[in-house]
Amino acid sequence: MAKVSIIVISHSKELADGIVDLVSQTKQEDVAIAAAGGTEDGEIGTSVDRITGAVESVTTEEGVLLLFDIGSALMNAEMALEMLPELEGRITIADAPLVEGAYIAAVEAGMGKTLEEVKKAAESAKEWKKIED
Amino acid sequence: MELSAAVMKQWALRINAKMQEHKDKLSELDQAIGDGDHGHNMARGFQEVANKVEDASYDDIGAMYKDVASTLISKVGGASGPLYGTAFLKAANAWKGRDVLDSAVFTEGIEAAVGGIETRGKASLGDKTMLDVWIPVRDEMKEHGADAEKAAKTAEKEAEATIDRVAKKGRASYLGERSKGHMDPGAFSSQLVFEALAEVYKEGAS
Repeated sequence: MAKVSIIVISHSKELADGIVDLVSQTKQEDVAIAAAGGTEDGEIGTSVDRITGAVESVTTEEGVLLLFDIGSALMNAEMALEMLPELEGRITIADAPLVEGAYIAAVEAGMGKTLEEVKKAAESAKEWKKIED
Repeated sequence: MELSAAVMKQWALRINAKMQEHKDKLSELDQAIGDGDHGHNMARGFQEVANKVEDASYDDIGAMYKDVASTLISKVGGASGPLYGTAFLKAANAWKGRDVLDSAVFTEGIEAAVGGIETRGKASLGDKTMLDVWIPVRDEMKEHGADAEKAAKTAEKEAEATIDRVAKKGRASYLGERSKGHMDPGAFSSQLVFEALAEVYKEGAS
């Protein structure tokens, strides 16, 4: 059964690749996670082409969730969506912390949740307390 | 005011020349309140634009500016790529199929560009962004017709006016009150865009 795929967008190639490595450790079966980090020439920044390329590298049947780090990464994620009109309704951007959000998203996607459910779960990471009182 | 395809090409090339010339100042402004990459990004992006359009031949100004836009979108990694890219993409739609732009059609392009920047950046007038330059320039064109020299003067004045404002968008907004006292780098690069327009229009008309 196809599951929701996850794209990790970061200004830094190493950061995006590292998060994909980290999240892949949860070994969620059939969950495709791809990195879109840095610019085309390896500088700090984000690239629409890298984002659309990452989306095209994963299965999109059950949907694709995009997570981003800061600032203009969102603008490029939004542009990528506009450039992939055929995926409308099956691709969305989560407003979530990148590391925790990607981790939760991978687990939820692995449980076979829908795109909307995976997005909500990733966004709930904002409310998490990392240190208990 | 009338702008031929030749003058419109010169505009893109002159923007590049200005970004190269003021690269360090753009980066200094950005270092003060942002991440310091604006000069580098604009200089690189518009160098790619110049490479793309310089030797190409265009009858359709819309097609020319679509190339300008897609180059900026794919080559600039910071916020300026999607913002300037969207601006020129929207303008290109308004200029589609034209080999010359009269005042009204040019203004339609600028109006569409401003709409694109607003949608992409979700900023408003007074947020200390490039829109603080683009919106007054658009308003003036809509009211009095497009005048390149006036646009450049308005852009200069409005870029200057961002110095006293508090940033509401982008990384500069984390600084809050401390963003006061510095000109917004996007406002300054926008000033250069309209200065370039005034120069090439004047040269083309003489």
